[in-house]
Amino acid sequence: MGIVVLLLLIAFPLFISQPIHIHVMILVFMFGMLGVAWNIIGGYAGLYSFGQVAFFGIGAYTSSVLSVNHGINPWLGLIAGGCAAAMVAAGIGYPCSNLRGHYFSIATIAFAEIVRIVFNNWKAVGAAEGLTLPMDNPSFSHFLFNSSKLPYYYIMLAFLLLALVVCYFVATSKMGYYFRAIKESHDVAEVLGVNVVLYRLIAVMISAFLCAMAGTFYAQYVLYIDPDSVMLLPFSVQIVLISMLGGAGSIMGPVLGAAILIPASEYTRMTLGARGTGIDMLIYGFLIMMISMYYPEGVWKLLSRIGAKKTRTSLHAEKTASAGVRP
Amino acid sequence: MHEQLIQQLADGLLIGLVYSLVAIGLTLIWGVMNIVNFAHGDFLMLGMFASFWLFTLFGLDPIFSIPICFAGMFLMGMLIYRFVVRKVMKGPILAQVVVTFGVSIFISNLAVYFWTPDFRLLPPTILQGTWNIGGIDISIPKLAASLGSVVASACVLLFLKKTNTGKAILATEMDRDAALLMGINTDRINALSFGIGSALVGVAGAFLSTYYYIYPQVGGLFGLIAFCVVALGGFGSIEGAFIAGILVGLAQTLGGFFFNPSYKYAIVFSIYLITIWIKPKGLLGW
Repeated sequence: MGIVVLLLLIAFPLFISQPIHIHVMILVFMFGMLGVAWNIIGGYAGLYSFGQVAFFGIGAYTSSVLSVNHGINPWLGLIAGGCAAAMVAAGIGYPCSNLRGHYFSIATIAFAEIVRIVFNNWKAVGAAEGLTLPMDNPSFSHFLFNSSKLPYYYIMLAFLLLALVVCYFVATSKMGYYFRAIKESHDVAEVLGVNVVLYRLIAVMISAFLCAMAGTFYAQYVLYIDPDSVMLLPFSVQIVLISMLGGAGSIMGPVLGAAILIPASEYTRMTLGARGTGIDMLIYGFLIMMISMYYPEGVWKLLSRIGAKKTRTSLHAEKTASAGVRP
Repeated sequence: MHEQLIQQLADGLLIGLVYSLVAIGLTLIWGVMNIVNFAHGDFLMLGMFASFWLFTLFGLDPIFSIPICFAGMFLMGMLIYRFVVRKVMKGPILAQVVVTFGVSIFISNLAVYFWTPDFRLLPPTILQGTWNIGGIDISIPKLAASLGSVVASACVLLFLKKTNTGKAILATEMDRDAALLMGINTDRINALSFGIGSALVGVAGAFLSTYYYIYPQVGGLFGLIAFCVVALGGFGSIEGAFIAGILVGLAQTLGGFFFNPSYKYAIVFSIYLITIWIKPKGLLGW
């Protein structure tokens, strides 16, 4: 099933080549990746962060500043951005390791706001004017393409797969069980001998690294970044929402959420063409309310429940059938 | 230098008291229902716009529109509780957090849709001008807003401590199940506290409208600050929110004075982070 979907995605640009649809798919992959990254801390470790956008921004800024000011290759910037984000995450995560529930959520918002304000006033990184990336040497080795969106499409797809693999390993390893134990109860996990502080830090750092990778991709794709486009709170909320809609705590859930929400919001915005009148955001806010009221468990759970029921009924049918055959 | 410093202290105190009122509404909702209301700032925006339109369309001075804002926002809060928040009370925690974000985005963009994203400012109302006390300028609208906030906060405290309904709210805050066993209709208490919390922020909005820019996204910043105030004071603690509001107001103006005004909110958030690092449940939390 998964392989079929993957092949379809690889072949997708062969059938549909309008740049606009490719663009929407790229966004789906990017938000899917951010959702997967959020899922590692939110879905598995139960830490509801609303500050992941800060790491996205740090990734975008690190690689861009390195390439604009120092001429360093964006691929290296990608790694540097990830490491920078992971380090910042550790630095902020350690003091926050005692915070639970809403306290943690609000601390993440405060942290993201601090980061945004700092970048907004930091002259060396362009302050509020942002950074424009140069358009020279478009090639794979420079992570820059100007003739077509296709390379971006495949690179982002590869990034998403990487994030999924990381999430898979986290979820199925011993670490994944520790994360879930922390999610169920911080105190009980601690009493049982789980090094809660350490594993919370690991979760936060992995997630930050992945977010920063997506950030670097965004910078290389759009070629312009400023604090208001890569560090705003609603962006963080969107990441959380995607994971929740798809199903927090399942590996594929966030990708499914992105696949539903991003096209929905992009195409409504295109058809309504109403940036500035607030209609698209109005619908978006309404959707958030509806999802949290009626599908808080996520679509993935819903699908797997339907799937489980189907297998159960078919097993039942087989059993009765075989029982009937028996003389 | 000294005069400037005292001026900053006065300004910090004045805005801090308004933060207190906004935060008390938020902390009441949190304490009773365990729900973080991210739409709180947008309720403030609605209060500001209500006061603005009552003045623009009917010439009603903001001072007189306060009761209307109180009643209107009370009703609004009850409705949002009844039709939105109540539905997620039994759901996963994540849904409880996210649903109010939805309400926030919905309300602020409804305002954009109806009233455009423009910045508006009320013309001088009954409350205008400044007092000069020993070289310190005290703006009358700001003074009125902070005094009004103190009065409103005191009224809430009195209501909670002295009336039966108030005691029922406090009891629910302490132990929901025990309150239920004592025959308190906790669902009604939820609705009531959501209503009161929203009404308080509506009052704060009416006061703020006399001197602050009025625009659909104004709630975002105030909401964020209110969160820091509430978490700093300790979730659910009214006295804590009151003290923390003043602290945050002072931190904001003094931080802007000693460092750089563009970093003033960063300083507020940093102080918040440092405080919860040392005392994870806030100043008066338990």
